[in-house]
Order: sequence, then structure tokens, then C-alpha cells
Amino acid sequence: MFKKLYQSPVGKKIATGITGLGLSGFVLMHMAGNLQYLVGPDKYNEYSHFLISLGPILWLVELGLLVFVIFHMTLGINIWLGKRKARRVHYAVTASAGSPSKKTVSSRSMIYTGIIIGVFLVIHLLSFKYGTYYETMVNGVVMRDLARLMHEKFQNPMYAFGYPAVVLLLALHLRHGIWSAFQSLGATRPSISPFIYVIGGLTGLGIAIGFLIVPLAIYFGIV
Amino acid sequence: MSHTMTIHLRVWRQAGPEARGRFVAYTVRNVNSNMSFLELLDVLNEKLIHNGDDPIEFDYDCREGICGSCGTVIDGVAHGPQRRTAVCQLHMRHYNDGDTIVVEPWRATAFPVIRDLVTDRSAFDRIVEAGGYVSVDTGNAPDANTIIIPKEELENAFDFAACIGCGACVAACPNASASLFTGAKIAHLAGLPQGKPERKERVVAMVKQMQIEGFGDCSNHAECEAVCPKGISISAIAIMRREYIKAKISP
Repeated sequence: MFKKLYQSPVGKKIATGITGLGLSGFVLMHMAGNLQYLVGPDKYNEYSHFLISLGPILWLVELGLLVFVIFHMTLGINIWLGKRKARRVHYAVTASAGSPSKKTVSSRSMIYTGIIIGVFLVIHLLSFKYGTYYETMVNGVVMRDLARLMHEKFQNPMYAFGYPAVVLLLALHLRHGIWSAFQSLGATRPSISPFIYVIGGLTGLGIAIGFLIVPLAIYFGIV
Repeated sequence: MSHTMTIHLRVWRQAGPEARGRFVAYTVRNVNSNMSFLELLDVLNEKLIHNGDDPIEFDYDCREGICGSCGTVIDGVAHGPQRRTAVCQLHMRHYNDGDTIVVEPWRATAFPVIRDLVTDRSAFDRIVEAGGYVSVDTGNAPDANTIIIPKEELENAFDFAACIGCGACVAACPNASASLFTGAKIAHLAGLPQGKPERKERVVAMVKQMQIEGFGDCSNHAECEAVCPKGISISAIAIMRREYIKAKISP
């Protein structure tokens, strides 16, 4: 069944849409979780400790996310390779006919923003999840001090500005991605499509802003 | 009121399917602003024939914007800058004296160039053959009003039936996808009682044929809707996907 899904032009889009929406939901929660750093390092550590102590449930979620990432990426690359085969001779001049076209920098750069986010994901996991293990005690409970690691990492301008740059690319990806996922699932109609497009774009921007606040606040010594 | 102008063209010339193509520059003087774009090519071709050169090959039939035969990419936009018109209904009054216009054929592996601006769009015919029809018993024509269809459903289906199969959607799609064309057929027929009985086999077969023909996958750029001379909405593509999901869940 997976093979058929992988080959069908419509099946591919449905799978890309479902995994994309799933991952969007994840980054939204991740962003909300990060914002707890602004409340205080202890609050942030308690939150991360809560997630770590979920144990097998967390592993299951992580496995699910990994499967989603792999599917989403291979499908995206497959669609991109297919498009190169479907038009071997390129136009000398390309333009957009304008509205109602949604052909934008966002939609044209999905493969590039996607690859950058994918590479970033590896670096990000190595820096934090598999980064230095500090310990701290909050309310008598010994737990991982992720807040300290975060504070340390974002003193480095490479991290403090690199992260915001990548999350802005994520916003660009989501601006086309969220609307596109709904369209791929057939969950749109002319009356609601413009709303989905705007809400998708704003969600992407909101997620980016939520993510970039913490690194910049740490770097500039606000928190 | 009409005026005359000088128009510079850069036209894709390709002697045959396997030949190497290239752009050739032409200048046409005394272009009447009331000419259509195809008439501009006619005037240029008369000059070329007079000089013993090969005329530029391009497809057309009705020249009324309704048959879907014509179609070239003009300055990067399928059917040119005029919204909701086929290229035959693009008039030179939209251009200024001294303009340079780049003219290219539809570019898609599934639409091979036959010569110059003429492409082979028979891939569309094969997609329709795969299921874009309604099976009926032969015999006498049925009475016109035996199946009553509510006005709104009828109008919705007709909006999709308006597709003239010109291929601009494929030409404009960054991925050379035929999703708007195929979606329009599926949405048209699935919206009518006559088309409903075969809706599941239809969507599966037509989507499969679209893939076999070598069209790319849709990335929801919606550029197809913007260039469609009939303004067919990409909601056709959403309907195709809904139909596909339903057909796969309960075949």
C-alpha cells in the first residue's frame, strides 16, 4: 500500500500533507514549550523534565516524528525530482500571471527551505538533545539542566543568529506548506481557501517569532 | 481607433521533434493595434514565405477563444498577459511600439514539441480515455428531462466542464502537472448524477494515466488557475483529491 501511495501523484500529496501538518503541530508545541524559558530557567527545566520522564511514551512520539520527517523529506525530494523529469527543456522567460496564483518565493523554494531545515534538525538535535548533560535541582528533584545548556549555546552569535535565520526560513516553508497541506487533502473550497492561506502564513510567522525570541533574548542579555 | 507599431519578436524555432531548437529574432513593422497576436504571426509568416523561409508553425482553430487549439507562452506566461483569454484573443493593443515579445511553446515532457510552437497534446486525450466519460446505453437519445439536476449543481459542474483542454495549466505549472485538467474532468463528472456511478474507477484510472504520461506532481502553486483561459478554479484539484481519498477508502 505504501508503495502505491508513493507512486500515485495524488497519494504523494496526501502523504506529504498529512506528515507536513503533523510536523507543523509539533513545531507549534515545541515553540510554545520554548517560551517557558522566558518565565524562568527552572520552569523550563521542569517542563523538559516532565517530557523526559514520560519515558516510553516520549520514545513512541519521537519515533513517530522521525517516521514523519523521513516520509515528508523523501516525498518532497521525489516530487522535486519528478518535476525536473516532467520539464526537461526550461523556459527562457518565466513569470507569474498574478492573482489567484500562489506561486511565490515560498512555494518555489520549498525544496531548499526543506533541505536547510532538515540539515538544521540534525545540528539542532546534536547541540541540545544530545548536547552536554548538566544537572540541576528544582524543588528537590534532580533533573537535566537544559536551560543552562541553552544559555551557554546562545552566547555564541553563530547560534543566536543562525537559529532565528533558520526559523524564518521555516516560516517561509509553512507559509506555502500549511495552505498546501489542506489543499492536498482536498479540505479546501473557494470560499475558505483565502482564509486558510492567510491563517497558514500567519501561523508560520507566529511560530518563527515564538522561536526566535528566546535565542535573541539570551544573546542580548534580556533573560 | 487603431494605431500602428513596430514589434520585435524572439520566437522558438525547432525544425522537428528531435531537432535542436533556438530562438530567432524577427521585427514586424506596421503592426495594427487591432490585430490579434496570431494575426501578427500570420503577417510575419507571409513575409517569411515571400522570402522563401519556413513559416512559424503554430496551432489554432476557431480564433474565438473557445476551441483550445492555440497556445504559446508569451513573455513567460501561458496565453500571454491578458487574463482569461486564449492567445488568439490577445490583441496587439496591449503592447507598445518597440516592445520585444518572447514566444515559446508549451514546455513539458508529456507535450513534446512537433515543430516550432506546436506541441503534441495527445496525452490529454489518453487521460480522458482512461475515464473522463460517462458510459451510456446506446439506442435512442433519452428524453432531455428524465434526470432533474438542481441549478446550483449544474452550474458548478459546468464551471469545470468549461475546460477547453488547451494545456495552459501544464505549461504554466512549475512542475508541468496536469492536475487542473484532470481535476476539472473529475469534478465536472462527479458533480452530475450521470457521472456519479463511475466516479471511483474514474478518479483512480485518470490519476494513474496522468502519472503514466509523465506529468509532474502538483505543488499547489495555483499558477494554472491564473493562466486558465476559462478561469477554472483549483478547487477542481481539491475535489480530485477528495474523490481519490473516497475511492481508496472504499473502492
